[in-house]
Amino acid sequence: MSRIEILKTYKLYIGGQFPRTESGRYYPLLDKKKNVIADVCLGSRKDFRNAVVSARGAFNSWGGRTAYNRSQILYRIAEMLEKRKSEFIEEIILQGGNKADAKKEVELSIDRLVYYAGWCDKFQQIFSSVNPVASSHFNFSVPEPTGVVAIVAPQDSSLIGLVSLIAPIIAGGNVCIALASEKMPLCSITFGEVLATSDVPAGVVNIITGKTSELISHMSSHKDVNALVYGGKDQKEIKLVKENATLNVKRVFVYQNNWNKTESQNPYFIFDTQEIKTTWHPIENIGVGGAKY
Amino acid sequence: MSTKTKTTNKPKLDFTSGWGYTPSPESTDHIKLEKRYDHFINGQFVKPAGGKYFPTINPATEKQISEVALGDARDIDKAVKAARNAYEKVWKNMPGAERGKYLYRIARIIQERARELSVIETLDGGKSIRESRDIDIPLAAAHFFYYAGWADKLEYAFPNRKVESVGVAGQIIPWNFPLLMAAWKIAPALACGNTVVLKPAETTPLTAMKLAEIFRDAGLPPGVVNIVNGDGIAGAALVNHPGIDKVAFTGSTDVGKIIQKAIAGTNKKATLELGGKAANIIFEDAAIDQAVEGIINGIFFNQGHVCCAGSRLFVQEGIADLVIRKLKDRMQTLIVGDPMDKNTDIGAINSKEQMNKINEYLKIGVAEGAEMWQSNCQIPKTGYYCRPTIFLHASQSHRIVQEEIFGPVLAIQTFRTVDEVVEKANNTPFGLSAGVWTDKGSKIFNLTTKLRAGVIWANTYNKFDPTSPFGGYKESGFGREGGLHGLMPYVNLK
Repeated sequence: MSRIEILKTYKLYIGGQFPRTESGRYYPLLDKKKNVIADVCLGSRKDFRNAVVSARGAFNSWGGRTAYNRSQILYRIAEMLEKRKSEFIEEIILQGGNKADAKKEVELSIDRLVYYAGWCDKFQQIFSSVNPVASSHFNFSVPEPTGVVAIVAPQDSSLIGLVSLIAPIIAGGNVCIALASEKMPLCSITFGEVLATSDVPAGVVNIITGKTSELISHMSSHKDVNALVYGGKDQKEIKLVKENATLNVKRVFVYQNNWNKTESQNPYFIFDTQEIKTTWHPIENIGVGGAKY
Repeated sequence: MSTKTKTTNKPKLDFTSGWGYTPSPESTDHIKLEKRYDHFINGQFVKPAGGKYFPTINPATEKQISEVALGDARDIDKAVKAARNAYEKVWKNMPGAERGKYLYRIARIIQERARELSVIETLDGGKSIRESRDIDIPLAAAHFFYYAGWADKLEYAFPNRKVESVGVAGQIIPWNFPLLMAAWKIAPALACGNTVVLKPAETTPLTAMKLAEIFRDAGLPPGVVNIVNGDGIAGAALVNHPGIDKVAFTGSTDVGKIIQKAIAGTNKKATLELGGKAANIIFEDAAIDQAVEGIINGIFFNQGHVCCAGSRLFVQEGIADLVIRKLKDRMQTLIVGDPMDKNTDIGAINSKEQMNKINEYLKIGVAEGAEMWQSNCQIPKTGYYCRPTIFLHASQSHRIVQEEIFGPVLAIQTFRTVDEVVEKANNTPFGLSAGVWTDKGSKIFNLTTKLRAGVIWANTYNKFDPTSPFGGYKESGFGREGGLHGLMPYVNLK
């Protein structure tokens, strides 16, 4: 008799834990032949609110870590993902992808994490400035993370889109809540398992599965969310998000890149969710001294 | 002068009786060292062409640890050819992201083998295990990790320019931070697509050979980094080899000048990180205890074998007596001795040669009329050790003020005004670093704009980070290592 396989329960990833949705609801994920692959949590507005609380709680610690530390943790995520590559490839195939593309997508996701790991302690040097003000002051501007970022992941991929949006946001010291692709949600929760074993502190990344149509209004109007990154193409949703954002002057970014291309990665994705802080400090009297020597 | 207080060798506070520390030696049984090391050329350990080896000595015990190949021009030639071959055939055209992956691997293996590397660094060089464990080795890993990330991002460092690698870099490193200096040199070179021939210092070759093993274990393609051991003969052969495109040197100003001259008729690029005689300036409004710690760290860190050591102390007159008293008290607590002991603050002087040089300067200082004071700690009978030393009433013209001693020897002067101290601090051919201690921010920035030095530490001292450019003004050399600016020496911008 052949062995009966153990099936995995896909839950949410909130505050470093894997809870079921508080709503108790699910939606079935179907394969091409309309067979049920898995029951996926139909996340609720309350799940999102819980995730915002977790994220906000983690912000101080994550944003305050040294850039070097964040860099190593992002690299660690890549290390973990590399070792679990086959699992992700299987999931992508299960959700309708072909084998060659699946492998490419997972490898690109790993490389993208390494890419942003490298930026953690470098983007500051690209985007900072020392400003030569016309008075005796030392004046400099540096980027700082904007805070809690909500992410609506692209619908058309299970992993690469999600990774491409999360990586630059956390590389810059932000915390986030990502809503996974509704059509292809499997990799998102498995990616949560990778995060949970990569020294990423609880709450820095939270992942919810569910319906965009149900959650987007709430995500964009939540007043403790500082920015929203929208990875979809629906014009009505984009308008809604931008309107709701005005409630607390949320920063909204709409990305419609082809994430399967290596060009779809650059430090400006980090810069988007950064604030610029300028500091003035007096100098007793400025001058290039000691010119005699 | 207000520093002219009566000083005796009797400590005001008693730290010597009833305060013994139990010895806490780091064990050495987990390290792997060969009896003999060759060169590392084209991914292989290769015997020297001349067949000669030289001993490498533990300066704490004067006993031989291992012996190392003595390189000459033939070995250098072989290494340069291997580096050129690897450059043309493999490294130059490898995508940056892939080059970066090798560097990340190297960083990770250094982290994994950190304890072994720390112990070997201390055995071979005499620095305290606390420093090699907490500073040298972690920073070396961090440098590889940092520059790994740059490998595929160079176009952002140099906007509007096409970034090209330079070619084969010849790199010569000193004995004060052996593995760390290897990392400072190799990591940015490889990240930018160059290949390397490295010559470690003759008194501290062992961690470089362990690094060669790491390159091998990381799968780094053969020839990308080649290491030739030896003395000045190998160094000169490397600098003068027509097959190298760039020289990176850290060491004395004297040798730096010879190198600059040697390559004057060529197109070789160069960076020189040379000597220093840093001013550490304490103002009356400084947090005094914190400043005293800064003085201690500034001059006694790594036995004072630091090019950016705060070897000239300038104390504002009103607090001179207080600072010097506190400094002496603190010096009495410093533990000088077995570098492998985790309690040790000041380890062994790196070599007999360096020990003699320091002792000579102590004589010169006394002969010139400065007042020498040393802590009265116990030092081991064998091995090379020097008590922490200060010279009071030093003056600008003294050789102990003008020349780099590279030991735990501090020359102390006083000052009254900002203008005066700027004048005195800048009055040296060197310009590597300086320290400023004051609670007034506007004074800090006033001083940082006026001090002619490449690194200014304010209310801290001897801090290093891969993201932070390091290098000198004037005769302390040119070019920067670390940070975005540290990429510059290893690229051609088209």
